[in-house]
Amino acid sequence: MNELIRCENVSFSYENADVLKNLSFSVGEGDYLCIVGENGSGKSTLTKGILGLKQPAEGRIIKSDSLRSGGIGYLPQQTPAQKDFPASVSEVVFSGLLGRSGFHPFYTKKDKQDAYDNIKRLGLEGLIKRSYRDLSGGQQQRVLLARALCAGKKILLLDEPVTGLDPIVTEEMYKIIEELNHEEKITVIMVSHDISSAVKYASHILHLNYDKSFFGTANDYLNSPIGRRFFSDE
Amino acid sequence: MGVCLHGTGELLHMELFEIFEHTFMLRALVGGILISLCAALLGVSLVLKRYSMIGDGLSHTGFGALAIGAAAGFPPLEFAIPIVIAAAFLLLRISENGKIKGDAAVALISTSALAVGITVTSLSGVNIDIESYLFGSILALSDSDIVLCVIVFAVVMTMFILFYNKIFAVTFDESFSKAIGMKAGIYNIIIALLTALTTVIGMKLMGTLLISSLMIFPAIISMRIFSRFKTVVISSAVISVIGFFIGLCISFYYSTPAGASVVLVNMFMLLISSTISLIKRRRAAAVSS
Repeated sequence: MNELIRCENVSFSYENADVLKNLSFSVGEGDYLCIVGENGSGKSTLTKGILGLKQPAEGRIIKSDSLRSGGIGYLPQQTPAQKDFPASVSEVVFSGLLGRSGFHPFYTKKDKQDAYDNIKRLGLEGLIKRSYRDLSGGQQQRVLLARALCAGKKILLLDEPVTGLDPIVTEEMYKIIEELNHEEKITVIMVSHDISSAVKYASHILHLNYDKSFFGTANDYLNSPIGRRFFSDE
Repeated sequence: MGVCLHGTGELLHMELFEIFEHTFMLRALVGGILISLCAALLGVSLVLKRYSMIGDGLSHTGFGALAIGAAAGFPPLEFAIPIVIAAAFLLLRISENGKIKGDAAVALISTSALAVGITVTSLSGVNIDIESYLFGSILALSDSDIVLCVIVFAVVMTMFILFYNKIFAVTFDESFSKAIGMKAGIYNIIIALLTALTTVIGMKLMGTLLISSLMIFPAIISMRIFSRFKTVVISSAVISVIGFFIGLCISFYYSTPAGASVVLVNMFMLLISSTISLIKRRRAAAVSS
């Protein structure tokens, strides 16, 4: 199996305090990796590291060449400013194309076709002219997912994609992500608070815990000391 | 001001286009429209990025710079432009690094600059017309001011159109833009640079105290009525020009201060747009129930 991302003995620090230490894991093509851990365990730091926005203090993060061309499809957490932002669905989805256009000022026809394909793929055709701010939480997440697919076809990095969604929409969102992973063979990395869903859907789990992080398959995780501790509470 | 030379009764009979046969009015119209357009385009992005007060902060910095420039015998506008650009970078940097929050940073810089400006003015003994800095002197634009307006307009328009998609992306979601490899920092700098340029020239028109209204009002008004980014940008350009034109005409007919008249017209348009958006929402609620 092709390896897309590999972390070797990575440490991250903020203002000289270590957040994560000696972390190693790898993500292969078609994997579905869930990154879990408590608040402050370094989930967002690692996210930035994977995106290349923060350099590790030690160790290295190696990305395969195939990611250079397409990039990583990132779905960040929503910001308060977006709540009243006037933008149509197509405007938001199109902005996912900008990573590849370099200094080219306008979208090409082929780019636009790509974006429309992703809009269709997530069932948003009917909403294309609607305003992002008037959509429901689940619809907004689907729009952001379509934008993420425009930015990266091979791998998606989802930062707590179900936060603030009601249980039914949360389940729908998990189903959509599962479909993208199973049927379209898109690699998924998801940062999540929801450990039970993580174990249900993911192939691999990365549980961040300073210098004693766990990385392995979801099944191994259930039998590991750290995983057992979480599930015995429930 | 030239306006006062005429009797009001005679003015009211003047045809609309006749008032622009006065050179000073024509200059005011051209300069004002060009700068209103720039301000409106940038304003949408600034309001959405929660940088509404940046124009205000920069104009006060501009006032300080103008005062120092005048006291030292430099041409004031040319002297102020680089200083205001530097202040724009500084404001963005400070709000990014987060030790002092953006709104506090703006307040600190703008009041400091105002204090410096007023102190320098009174110490230097140079007779500077503070009022014309504070409230603008749109009816006293020179040919070189108009040239400057045209240059700034050309720069802002070109940059805005070329970087339109990118400006949208960094305005909507900066962390996503960074993640997909866009140099979000560069586009923030471009926005700051264009804002600084527009602010300095706009000060001459609207004055230090009122220039930020040219940026904020049209954006807020359009955001209430329209819901696509492109429509909001275009409509705020149109609203800005209409507001300026009506304000200028009112100031001519009734001898009111030009800058303040433009702001009052904008305020009136905001009230109308709020009513429209209220009705729209009521209707939408009625349809959905």
